[in-house]
Amino acid sequence: MQTHPTAGGAVVAETAPAQRPSRRWTRDALHGYVFMAPAILGLLLFTLGPVLASLWLSFTEYNILTPPQWIGLENYARMFRERLFWQALKVSTIYSVVSVPLGLVLSLGLAVLLNHGMRGILFFRSVYYMPTVISGVGVAMLWRWLFNAEFGVINVLLSKVGIQGPAWLLDENWALPALIITSVWGLGGTTLIFLAGLQGIPQELYEAAEIDGAGRWSQFRNITLPLISNVTFFNLVLGIIGALQVFTDAFVITRGGPNHATLFLSVYLYQHAFQYLNMGYAAAIAWFIFIVVMLLTLLVFKSSPLWVYYENERQGR
Amino acid sequence: MTTRQRTLPFWRTRRGQDRAFTAFVFVLLCAGALLILLPFFWMLSTALKAPEQVYLSPPVWIPIPPQFSNFWEALTRVPFHVYALNTAIIVSLVMVGTLLSCSFAAYGFARLNAPGKNLIFMLVLATLMLPGAVTLVPTYLMFNAVGWVNTFLPLIVPSFFGSAFNIFLLRQFYMTIPAELEEAAKIDGASVYRIWWSIMLPLSQPVLATVAVFTFVATYNDFLMPLIYLADEEKYTIAVALSFFQGSPRIGPQMHLMMAAVTVSILPPLALFLAAQRYFVRGIVMSGIKG
Repeated sequence: MQTHPTAGGAVVAETAPAQRPSRRWTRDALHGYVFMAPAILGLLLFTLGPVLASLWLSFTEYNILTPPQWIGLENYARMFRERLFWQALKVSTIYSVVSVPLGLVLSLGLAVLLNHGMRGILFFRSVYYMPTVISGVGVAMLWRWLFNAEFGVINVLLSKVGIQGPAWLLDENWALPALIITSVWGLGGTTLIFLAGLQGIPQELYEAAEIDGAGRWSQFRNITLPLISNVTFFNLVLGIIGALQVFTDAFVITRGGPNHATLFLSVYLYQHAFQYLNMGYAAAIAWFIFIVVMLLTLLVFKSSPLWVYYENERQGR
Repeated sequence: MTTRQRTLPFWRTRRGQDRAFTAFVFVLLCAGALLILLPFFWMLSTALKAPEQVYLSPPVWIPIPPQFSNFWEALTRVPFHVYALNTAIIVSLVMVGTLLSCSFAAYGFARLNAPGKNLIFMLVLATLMLPGAVTLVPTYLMFNAVGWVNTFLPLIVPSFFGSAFNIFLLRQFYMTIPAELEEAAKIDGASVYRIWWSIMLPLSQPVLATVAVFTFVATYNDFLMPLIYLADEEKYTIAVALSFFQGSPRIGPQMHLMMAAVTVSILPPLALFLAAQRYFVRGIVMSGIKG
């Protein structure tokens, strides 16, 4: 009994081939749009719309209380006149230039160690990933206490090996390095992505290399590094985007101080948007960050053929 | 060759070298793990100290007797239960919104054909690269204009409109589900919405769990959004409340109470991590970025 309607339907479809598929197609398309609707609305309301609004705002002066006034490129010109903007740019640049490569090297190294087959390795993987899960304000407050000049555990341990630790968060020269150290502590996420990449490398390659008498370092140089380069690429792009947006640590641990030594671009933006209500100027800073991120990402993408090794390339050879 | 190898001392043989390397790795990993765990130890140690033990040099490593009452004191000097309740409301609604909207959209992107679908999908993915700073100010102004500032709504409502990474993760999973399962339901007359709800959602439980744990952690740890949108103290989340403890005369100067509060604040994500580790790992492996 159940097969009859279907058989009948098939006959109808055969006799009217032009009509059926097209009506079916439009209905499918309609359902398709319904399913995509939340994502499309989200894209328009919370991404594309705000991105364009932010561009427009960046050409205006707006303090919420009075209507926005068009001032052309004045916000951008102002940016380059403000000493603190240059300071923020310097802080974000130093932080990114140090913490991103340092993070990549350390997390790749750690991933190689964590990829070593031995007992208890799962325990180690959990321990190293843990800081990623419990990041946030609580941990930022903890770092404040760890870096305490006199009673913090870091200086206590340094004094045990005969080093007089700096005042860290109170010292202009050491506050930014302190924040870089905290970023290294949270490497677990990047490490796990590298680890997933390492486990995708065929074991036979290492076996073959071993038969050829290649040592560990040579295997790492000639097999691991090239085959992991697409993951390195991914982590580099994410690292740059993340480093230029650091906020919680900078805001909670040092509040941008001392003497603006940790005034990240994001903190500078926050101050102008939500403390001084310079919405137009803040939007211009945001667009500046956006353009820098786009340029850097583009640079990484453009340079990738030089150092990223893709699977199909290997098959093509 | 073989006779020479037999005469080599153990540490020069292959097996000996492998053992030595493993021992080397083990020692390095132990040292690193100590560095990772040391801050937590110091946090707990401070949280259990009597006030006069906190600022001592050399420090007290293990306070005897441990002052468990610090936790009670830290949580009652401020209305911590209010912050916890606010956080719970926001986190749970954001999780519901994210799971529903992302799986719904992901099913559309994975299974239904509509003109422009791929372009829309690429646009959604491109938002992953967008620095959040760009949308921050206009989004704030928008919520301000509709009078939602100083309510939970700006923190919750966007989650009902999908998020790129989760849509991507779920779409990848839906693509692997064999189409026959849906065909059978279609023949029985089920609508696509029904198929999504009663076939796809149950099948994607493991991925939904992955999305849920990541969403929980991200929302729980989020600081900037609640900082911007919540003005009244009775609306603070745990994260925002904690950040104001430093300056608060009730708790700020007392490091042992502050560390007790910090300890409590990291417990929910820590417990979730210990209970659901495999979902965290799966999320990273599944995102398809492995080599």
